[in-house]
Amino acid sequence: MIRTVGLTKYYGVHLAIRGLTFEAAPREVLGFLGPNGAGKTTTMRILAGFMPPSEGRAEVAGYDVVEESLEVRRRVGYLPETVPLYPDLSVVEYLTYMGSLRRVADLEKRIEDVLAEVGLLERAESYIGNLSKGLRQRVGLAQALLHQPQVLILDEPTIGLDPAQIIEVRHLLQELGRERTVLLSTHILSEAQQLCDRVLIINHGAIVAEDTPANLQAQLAGAEQLVVRLGAHDGSLLEALGRLPGVARVQAVGSDELRVETRPGHDVRARLARTIVERGVDLLELRPAGVDLEAIFLQLTQDAAPTGEGA
Amino acid sequence: MHNVWIIARREFQHYFVSPLAYAVGIFLYLVLGIVFAGNILNGMLTGQISPDARDVLGTMVYLLLFTTPFLTMRLIAEEAGSGTLELLMTAPLRDWQLVLGKWLGAMGFLVLLLALSWLYPIVLHRMTSPGIDQGLLVSAYLGVLLMTGAIVAIGVMISSVFRNSLAAGFTTLAVIVGLWVIGLLATGLGGTSEVVRTLSFVGHLDSAFQGVIDLADVVYYLSMTVFGLFVASHLVESRRWR
Repeated sequence: MIRTVGLTKYYGVHLAIRGLTFEAAPREVLGFLGPNGAGKTTTMRILAGFMPPSEGRAEVAGYDVVEESLEVRRRVGYLPETVPLYPDLSVVEYLTYMGSLRRVADLEKRIEDVLAEVGLLERAESYIGNLSKGLRQRVGLAQALLHQPQVLILDEPTIGLDPAQIIEVRHLLQELGRERTVLLSTHILSEAQQLCDRVLIINHGAIVAEDTPANLQAQLAGAEQLVVRLGAHDGSLLEALGRLPGVARVQAVGSDELRVETRPGHDVRARLARTIVERGVDLLELRPAGVDLEAIFLQLTQDAAPTGEGA
Repeated sequence: MHNVWIIARREFQHYFVSPLAYAVGIFLYLVLGIVFAGNILNGMLTGQISPDARDVLGTMVYLLLFTTPFLTMRLIAEEAGSGTLELLMTAPLRDWQLVLGKWLGAMGFLVLLLALSWLYPIVLHRMTSPGIDQGLLVSAYLGVLLMTGAIVAIGVMISSVFRNSLAAGFTTLAVIVGLWVIGLLATGLGGTSEVVRTLSFVGHLDSAFQGVIDLADVVYYLSMTVFGLFVASHLVESRRWR
């Protein structure tokens, strides 16, 4: 449904994305992860038909984003990071305007349906300028869904929402992903883990990893991390633990917690516990740390050498 | 044309919720009313009310030169500043349709303002005998309409450059005033005055105000309009490449 080959974008001499090649299948929720400035928004803007790439090509729903931009735009629902709304219009007026531009059939009925879908029926006549940020986000989503697009491109759809609103929007996105291809950018890793069938990690304008959240986690499964909580201790304990066979790295997290990274195939728990107790330090907790997407993300985005900055 | 109409309708309607549009309308009609009342009073004092609406229309021309930039300034600049331009540029809408729709919407509002000013000639016609020259009136209004179209097109063009409405408004004002000043300079120049007059914004109204529709004037204003809209389309498109 989405296919890019060598997608590259320069802003003047500034390289925003370089050689992005990836695909998204029908009814797949593809998470686009990366730190701020990694190139997520630029990629999404190209796929939504807002701007052409400098090099490479992209197809959405079988249409080229440059040569057949209008066809692409007809089939894409796009929610930019800053929700584009007209505060002087009511929710219904705004959707009528956007629906008219998209020539949505039976517009009145469709607006009613989409408002029910995003939970905004009761605020249909409210002026957008009077709505809270969460409700505005839903109006933006309603706009993106109005013409029943085959592909939804959502740039940071939960940014700036309160926790309850985030949960609501995530539920909605899960529903939407069952019927159409969704490309979702976020830098909230738990969100990608929860919503996406596959994630694509981008850093400095290049893809640094692409897989399912489960497979990415498995990639780091060999290098296990242990969480150790201790009573009062001095710095010499960290050195001693770091010298133990099978220990790759010891990192202090706050005053009473350590993260111990082990080498693959080594179970160092007994040795670790013994060393701590022999030094007269209270061992309060020793457990394996789950390897989550956050760890993978941090590792990949810190390891990748910066060769340019994204947008 | 469907998309052009949708954009134009939205723009036209927006003027009715815009305090600035009301302020411009009130200012326009306050000044016009004062000029008109002054003329009538002067006519009463001299015992001869002139059956000529050109004083009012002439004032209207100068008011339009100075106020239209503030009606066109937000057309595209505001959309760019608020992010809604991204929404429109990812809708199945061509860039020229957006520009033409914006121009039509603004023209709709200005035509309404112009149409309301027709009230003065009607009143004047009733107060004088044998009344005012309708042919001259129509040609003068046609001239003003063509000039307004060109001002709005220049306004749309400059609005496509900026993300800030006020910056677009004042730049448009500077350009329009520049084109007007060229006309004033023409009177002070010798052999080159014809060339300079050709560029003058207001000078091309002279024939229309004499009751003659000169093809050269019509071509001048239409060329300015088409040029403004053409450049505006390309400026909007260029945003995709920045």
